[in-house]
Amino acid sequence: MIELESVSKRFGATIALYETDLCIDAGRTTVLIGPSGCGKSTILRLIIGLLEPTTGTIRIEGQRVSESSVLALRRRIGYVIQEGGLFAHLTAAQNVLLMAKHLNQPARQMQTRLRELCELTHFPENALTRYPVELSGGQRQRVSLMRALMLQPNVLLLDEPLGALDPMVRARLQDELKEIFQRLQQTIVLVTHDMAEAGFFANVIVLLNEGRVVQSGTLDDLRSRPASTFVRDFLHAQRGLAAI
Amino acid sequence: MKSAAILFAIFASCSVAQPQQIVVGSKRFTESYVLGEIAKTALQNAGFTVEHKQGMGGTIILWQALRGGEIALYPEYTGTITEEILKTKHPLSTDRMRALLRQEGIGMTGELGFNNTYALVMRRDRAAKLGISKISDLRNHPELNIGVTHEFLDRQDGWVPLTTRYGLQMHNVRGIDHALGYAALATGSIDLKDAYSTDAKIAENDLIVLDDDLHFFPQYKAVFLYRLDMESRAVATMEKLVGTLDEARMRRLNSEAERTKNYALAAALYFGQKPISPSNDLFGKIGRWTLRHLELVGASLFLGIIVGIPLGIRASRPGQVSNFILATSGVVQTIPSLALLALLVPLPFFGISPVTAIFALFLYSLLPIVRNTATGLQDIPTAVRESAAALGLEPHAQLWKVFLPLASRTILAGVKTSAIIDVGTATLAALIGVGGLGEPIISGLNLNDYSTILQGAIPAALLALLVQFFFDGLDRIFVPKGLRLKE
Ligand SMILES: Nc1ncnc2c1ncn2[C@@H]1O[C@H](COP(=O)(O)OP(=O)(O)OP(=O)(O)O)[C@@H](O)[C@H]1O
Ligand SMILES: [Mg+2]
Repeated sequence: MIELESVSKRFGATIALYETDLCIDAGRTTVLIGPSGCGKSTILRLIIGLLEPTTGTIRIEGQRVSESSVLALRRRIGYVIQEGGLFAHLTAAQNVLLMAKHLNQPARQMQTRLRELCELTHFPENALTRYPVELSGGQRQRVSLMRALMLQPNVLLLDEPLGALDPMVRARLQDELKEIFQRLQQTIVLVTHDMAEAGFFANVIVLLNEGRVVQSGTLDDLRSRPASTFVRDFLHAQRGLAAI
Repeated sequence: MKSAAILFAIFASCSVAQPQQIVVGSKRFTESYVLGEIAKTALQNAGFTVEHKQGMGGTIILWQALRGGEIALYPEYTGTITEEILKTKHPLSTDRMRALLRQEGIGMTGELGFNNTYALVMRRDRAAKLGISKISDLRNHPELNIGVTHEFLDRQDGWVPLTTRYGLQMHNVRGIDHALGYAALATGSIDLKDAYSTDAKIAENDLIVLDDDLHFFPQYKAVFLYRLDMESRAVATMEKLVGTLDEARMRRLNSEAERTKNYALAAALYFGQKPISPSNDLFGKIGRWTLRHLELVGASLFLGIIVGIPLGIRASRPGQVSNFILATSGVVQTIPSLALLALLVPLPFFGISPVTAIFALFLYSLLPIVRNTATGLQDIPTAVRESAAALGLEPHAQLWKVFLPLASRTILAGVKTSAIIDVGTATLAALIGVGGLGEPIISGLNLNDYSTILQGAIPAALLALLVQFFFDGLDRIFVPKGLRLKE
């Protein structure tokens, strides 16, 4: 469980997140959605300690995110971002194994886990020795996901993991990702700006606007009981939603 | 403190001192080279092991080196001792001079014989036709074309006071380069110029020296200055040279030295013997210069790397400190290299030594390394930065395992730039007598001898190219394959 208690974040004059209380359930998939610049990525960065909150506290499984706890916490959290953030000087395998090697895990255990992850993410094992520049966009996202899952984290944070992919690959990866989520049964927080994708993945949807949580609930809750005209307009603006 | 110790270690390894060896120094002009070789041969004949550091620099540098013990003796002139070393306006008696030098721990031999002072020279035929043999004869020829060196025009004991003393009123006087002046004399575009009384060109061009009938020019009698702690047997050997060299003989030796560029040979001529070891081995000399050059570049670059990369890492973070680091290393780069050397030499710990040259080169090598390290790190995309942190890597592990490898290509390019700058700038180290490929360049410039200049210039240019290739090769070793694939 991830708890945000009166958390706000300010960058100079801009307030990226107003004081917010938010509870993200363990073992379920929570989707953060909202227009560009509403503070979605900021929330993920606060959770993993890349940003320090201006006010308030964040707890992960009861443990407060602080300077002294952040390294240990990060090792129990997987983080995947849109651009992949792969290390260009390392091969796919080296990217995935970097942290495990740093922690001196036994070689056999690492190899077993690597093969498991290839199978889970449908990544071809013979491409493991390639460098990021030699991989397709979809393959890069798979490597990024494997890297995030390597240490068997309790929490997985994904910031628009499929944003940079073409629609065909994206649709296939959505299916695969959902299957992975179901197999893992982890606490998952996923950011997207696509309501269809949100509805597809989410147990809970958190809709944000201009640094505030506007409404949270299932897609049905949002559709049938919109908390404001913004919610209705936002849903309306997302075409093709009726199909879900 | 630590870096001082490292500098010191490098210095120590650069100048390996052997205990029983006598080191002779000389200034950077032909006559001094020849006298240095004569001293070397005389001492060798007396059974000493001798090294001759040729053409170390000007008076100040030789004097400092003598007092600092870097050399044991060098040839000097009485006029220079009075004016530049003891800095008195009035002529001193020999005894007074000895007493003053003794206070500095330095001894002086008797006079070798010749007086190398300023002189006015004319072509023999022209002088005969006009009936001129002494300076006072010039009073009757105010129309003569005079071409004297700029230095002579300005000096306290130069042209202006000379004309006052002799009551000369010459109409056509101009400044002209020393070497060019001889050519101008030969073609007749000037009639008279200044020279040194032992100048080899006097004999070569069939010139006559006008008699200084009013004794205007100060005495520049040649002597050797030596450290008082030099072995007394060596002192006795040097004293044996006293009174053995008159102007004509010195001129002949100078002429021989300039013609052959072989100072040992000229010295051998003095002793009437064949040179013991013909130091004509050009490749050996170039090899030694190159080796010294590489020592200077290598040591300064090494310091540049171990100081520059950490500074660059610090400067990659935003803030005032970073601006300060970048601005400071930028400012250092804009100081002309000559000025930087001149500023460092008088400081304690530096002086006339390889340390000074290495330190100056080190300062020049900093900026490219610092700047490239900083930009290389700053150019790493935020996504990659955040991914490294989000994995749970400690900050130093992020740096070593991710950021530095990603910036390696840019950092290496900075080191390469520094290396090439250093190879070029290190030629100036010869100005403070530290050697390297600048040595033949600078002595060639002083002696107006292009072949000597090229002996330094060509290897230096080749060395720069080689460094370029070398670093292109290093690219393949230090830059991870994943980064090189992009091309
Ligand atoms: N480092 C920063 N410095 C200043 N302002 C920032 C910084 N990071 C984010 N912001 C601002 O905070 C606000 C929220 O940013 P955030 O990245 O959380 O938006 P987002 O919801 O993820 O948008 P998108 O869907 O476009 O990714 C924006 O107005 C952004 O400009
Ligand atoms: Mg975002």
